[in-house]
Amino acid sequence: MSAVPYEAVLVVAGILFVLGLAGLVARRNLLFVLVSLEIMINATGLAFIAAGSRWGRPDGQVVFLFILAMAAAEVSVGLALLLQIKRHFKTLDSDAAGTMKG
Amino acid sequence: MTTFLWLIPVLPLAGFAVLAIFGRTMPRRLAAAIGAGSVGVSAGLAVILAVRFLGSPPPGDALTVNFWTWFEAGGLRPGIAFHLDSLSLLFTLVVTFVGFLIHLYSTSFMSGDDGYSRFFAYMNLFVGSMLVLVLASNLLILYLGWEGVGLCSYLLIGFWFKEPANVRAAEKAFIVTRVGDTALAVGLFLIFSRLGTLDIQEVATRAAAEWPVGSTLAIAAAALLLGGALGKSAQLPLQTWLPDAMAGPTPVSALIHAATMVTAGVYLIARMHVIFELAPPVRLAVAVIGAATLLVAGTSALAQVDIKRILAYSTISQIGYMFLALGAGAWSAAIFHFFTHAFFKALLFLGAGVIIIGLEEEHDIFKMGGLRKELPLVFWTFLAGAASLAAVPLVTAGFYSKEWILSAVRASGPTGLWLWFAGLAGALLTVLYTFRMVFAVFGGQVTNPVRRRPGTVMAVPLVLLGVFSLVAGFLETPRVLGNLPFFSRLLRPVLGGRGPEPSGTAQEIGLVVISVAVVLAGLVLAWLLYGRGPKHGRAAESVGGTSRAGGFFFSGWGFDWAYDRLFVRPLAWLARINKNDVVDLPFRGLAGVANGAHAALARTQTGRLRWYAASIAVGAAIVIAVAVFL
Repeated sequence: MSAVPYEAVLVVAGILFVLGLAGLVARRNLLFVLVSLEIMINATGLAFIAAGSRWGRPDGQVVFLFILAMAAAEVSVGLALLLQIKRHFKTLDSDAAGTMKG
Repeated sequence: MTTFLWLIPVLPLAGFAVLAIFGRTMPRRLAAAIGAGSVGVSAGLAVILAVRFLGSPPPGDALTVNFWTWFEAGGLRPGIAFHLDSLSLLFTLVVTFVGFLIHLYSTSFMSGDDGYSRFFAYMNLFVGSMLVLVLASNLLILYLGWEGVGLCSYLLIGFWFKEPANVRAAEKAFIVTRVGDTALAVGLFLIFSRLGTLDIQEVATRAAAEWPVGSTLAIAAAALLLGGALGKSAQLPLQTWLPDAMAGPTPVSALIHAATMVTAGVYLIARMHVIFELAPPVRLAVAVIGAATLLVAGTSALAQVDIKRILAYSTISQIGYMFLALGAGAWSAAIFHFFTHAFFKALLFLGAGVIIIGLEEEHDIFKMGGLRKELPLVFWTFLAGAASLAAVPLVTAGFYSKEWILSAVRASGPTGLWLWFAGLAGALLTVLYTFRMVFAVFGGQVTNPVRRRPGTVMAVPLVLLGVFSLVAGFLETPRVLGNLPFFSRLLRPVLGGRGPEPSGTAQEIGLVVISVAVVLAGLVLAWLLYGRGPKHGRAAESVGGTSRAGGFFFSGWGFDWAYDRLFVRPLAWLARINKNDVVDLPFRGLAGVANGAHAALARTQTGRLRWYAASIAVGAAIVIAVAVFL
């Protein structure tokens, strides 16, 4: 079985991470911000998997399971906050929630 | 004798403490009883003390009572100690006796006032401080009393503090005398650092032993002491506060600004006369300042219309005589003039107080008139005081004290002649302004009816002081007029003899005749100018009053104007441009930098989630880049 070279996987993970970061910075809708965060989390997970297979150790997959659990928890908290913000500001625009500035 | 000496100053101080703490809730009669009573008991004790002191003089004609050591530091070991000799005994008698009469008078004078107990508290504190001043056995205690009387003067000038002008007058008195007080404090530092002691007797012996006559140190010490005396005694150039000090209640003017406190400078110089004897230039300065002051104040008194201001300038002028005597080396003569002046000037102020409240706060002498029939008792006592002030020959106390001063000045060395001329001119001025006031107030027709007449309580001090104004002079008469040297003999152990004396009987008689002639000429002139009815008096007034010279004298030779231009305005200008303190600049710069940094950092807190995410990412990238490439 010809293994995919781990450099390629890392490049994909890097591309995913940067895409997520770009979405995080560019989007103002909080729902898309959460989606971008998920993409970034998954990019890091992919990097762990690649690293695990590169050294042939199970640690990478163990950490990926942790990341999945963490992502689930993050999404639940994030969505709850999102609902509160929607109720409070009547919008999902993140810039509208800038009342703590300065 | 020493057993109750401490009670004399402590009683008024205790009266002050009681009145200050419980005065608000106390019935008026009780406040009056404590206020006047404490000083009265002190006066009684002072008389007993005087009788014992004169009956069986202690060894060395002086005794020192040391109660306890105040503190001990660096070789300075001032005791809370009193020194009783004939000089301090005399001052104690005058302060307690005149003080008691004025307190008695005040119980009626202040009866309608809201601050009744406050008034007596301040007055008691004053009498206590003044007694501490005169009884002090070292200069530090003396300074304590000195500042104490200054404080009371401030408090009592501003007694009616709801009037802004009164508060300004009080501040002016405090600040101007502070100039002198600072000089005195520096003088004390100098004396302590050079002689190693502040005990008055020690200072006198050590100074005489260590400083030759005319040495720089002696001159500096004497000049600094003189500075303190000038401020307290309202002499040129620090005299401007006293006329304004008349803003206080009239008994205050009588006690503090005529009889006692303003003569503290005279006391200080007489007390430290050993140092002044070592500094002939300063002694000459004392005499010249005294002569200049008595002329400046005399001419100013002649232009005033406010009865209290006339008396205030008259006080400055009479203290000028005392300084003249001190400068001439006739220490006892100065004290004798203080003694007679305390009686007649307190009397004149108390009489003026009766007139002022009788006419409902009228101060203008040309709106009074005809009070001879309206207030006969005040007229006769006021006349006694005025005659004494004007030194009417033979029958008044003021004649004998002034005569002593003038003959001593004439006999005092090369400058004596000129100083004597100044003294004679001052005597003429004194007669003129005194009888101008008497004629305007008591002569002519009634223009303003009297609405309140003095009761017995106010009459008794007037009569007693009137009697003393006439007879106190017989304690010391010139050789050619009875030769009674009781006063100079009393003070001989402290101050030496009579001072410079005319060379022969012929000259002495000549001097007496000349000063008698000057006073009589003054009386005639006063009658011609002011005596023939108020219309004539005012006509004589308008000649001087409308002219430029009249205004000049009315303003007290423009000293206030000059000081305003020279000191007050430049200082106010400096304060204005330096409102934002120069020294503060570095600290404000530091605060400014912190504020700027704060503002810059606060701008990064935009509240935008995307901005934070981006900055975290950039920051992480930078950190990683640093970790990887360095």
